[in-house]
Amino acid sequence: MLELSGITQIFGGVTALDTVTFSIAKGDITGVIGPNGAGKTTLFNIITGIYRQTAGTVLLEGKNVTGFPPERLARLAMVRTFQNIELFGGMTVLENVMVGMHTKSSSGLLACALKMPWSISEERRIREGAAKWLEFTGILDLSEHAASSLPFGQGRLLEIARALAAMPRIILMDEPAAGLNSQETLALAQLIKRIRDLGITVVLVEHDMELVMDICDRIVVLNLGRKLAEGTPREIQENTEVIAAYLGDDD
Amino acid sequence: MKKDFLLFVAFSLLVMAAPQYFRGGYMMNVLVFVGINTMLAIALNLLLGYAGQISLGHAGFFGLGAYLSGIMTTTFSLNPWVAMPVAAFVVGCLAGLIGFPVLKLKGHYLAMATLGLGIIFFIIFNETYEWTGGPSGLSGIPNLQLGSIVFDSDVKNYYLIWGVTLAVMLFALNLANSRVGRALRAVHDSEVAAQVLGVNARLLKVQIFALSAIICSLAGSLYAHTMTFISPTSFGFNFSIELLTMVVIGGLGSIYGSFLGAALLTLLPEFLRGANDYDIIIYGGLLMVMVMYMPGGLVRGIPALYRKIIKPKGEAGHA
Repeated sequence: MLELSGITQIFGGVTALDTVTFSIAKGDITGVIGPNGAGKTTLFNIITGIYRQTAGTVLLEGKNVTGFPPERLARLAMVRTFQNIELFGGMTVLENVMVGMHTKSSSGLLACALKMPWSISEERRIREGAAKWLEFTGILDLSEHAASSLPFGQGRLLEIARALAAMPRIILMDEPAAGLNSQETLALAQLIKRIRDLGITVVLVEHDMELVMDICDRIVVLNLGRKLAEGTPREIQENTEVIAAYLGDDD
Repeated sequence: MKKDFLLFVAFSLLVMAAPQYFRGGYMMNVLVFVGINTMLAIALNLLLGYAGQISLGHAGFFGLGAYLSGIMTTTFSLNPWVAMPVAAFVVGCLAGLIGFPVLKLKGHYLAMATLGLGIIFFIIFNETYEWTGGPSGLSGIPNLQLGSIVFDSDVKNYYLIWGVTLAVMLFALNLANSRVGRALRAVHDSEVAAQVLGVNARLLKVQIFALSAIICSLAGSLYAHTMTFISPTSFGFNFSIELLTMVVIGGLGSIYGSFLGAALLTLLPEFLRGANDYDIIIYGGLLMVMVMYMPGGLVRGIPALYRKIIKPKGEAGHA
């Protein structure tokens, strides 16, 4: 589904990522973990086209997408969510998800402003589609609320609904459980599994080890910009290098 | 949806009925300006209130439309109905070309760049006097004509200008509540989130900049053909700032707000005329008070004030 090879990112003199290579299988939930400063978010920003890496290539479904801007990657069915939730605060919950359907609709500026028949029917389709994803994430009753008024947990669900509305084949989530209480985290785990069951490949950066070990099919461990280990949750839990990196090693 | 449509119909009826109350010629003339300023404020609001991109040079596009229309119909004796779309097309293309590099800038830098743009246009209007007549202006611009009706009186111009203004309003209202309008607001709220959802923010900003310039050009052409005389002072930096004030006072991101802002800033100087030399102080003071106490603009401030007065014990409503 997604193949990374030799991803290197140098900021000034600091090497944030050093020849990171791994691939993500279709239909899996893959967790990317590592101590703070390991380069997880940088890696996400590179995969989703927000940063341009110093070296290395990204293949999406076999296609070389290195250096593609985010809006082009969205059209290739890759979306992401952000660690600090990037909602459109001035819009309603429903409108936020409607923006998610941008790549799945096509009415241009003039067609919209002149209310052409096809743009009216498309608008209806967008509205219905958006409502469907709000129902999927369980926040349909908040449709007409201002997005900025949502508590953090529901904001997270809205961001996921909005990403799903783009009908991705792969979704990247940057710390989806950050800021959630334990009950919300449990619900999130269920939601992520349901997203996988739709046939969508899930990649997540996460600090909540319990969540990662519970739902991930595979785990990639980064430390100081390098890939430290890769494997199933059980393999990772038993990996001495990983344990050393997390508990702190003196050498 | 239905409510929005009814509001627009009610507003249109009010506009069409207004001449019945103002039989006097002078007030009609002022209301013609309200119409033109409403179009301009909507144009700027699409850019600033929806897409979140500032422009301090919009008077330049207004002037460019006016001069292109004026020159084509006087020097080249073109029919005004032909000159207007040609002017709008030229201005749209120009804005698109300028927009690509300029809209890469953000915030204060974008403000500076568009400020410079407006000043360049102003200098061109003044200096190319063999075309524009320079500081002494361009006169003898023909009125618009539809069959045997010549739009040469205040009442006829009122219906002409407001007919177009209502069309522009409907156009903008439709756009605001559509796929493209949502994408614009998304870019405003979080450009990066809009991009990862597939919105081509850069292209969209250029598109809306060009559309905004086209509306300004149209307003400029209509201005030239109703006034029959234009001079550079109407299209200077001061007017760009006045447009910005209309948009902010009226309410960012609200089409009706743009009308309220345009109406207030056009009518206020007329009402303050009685205060003689103090008018400019009162004018400035009122604007300050409004921005301080109605940060959301008139369109949100008036309903909030209404709720406060009607229900003094109810919770203070913040829209």
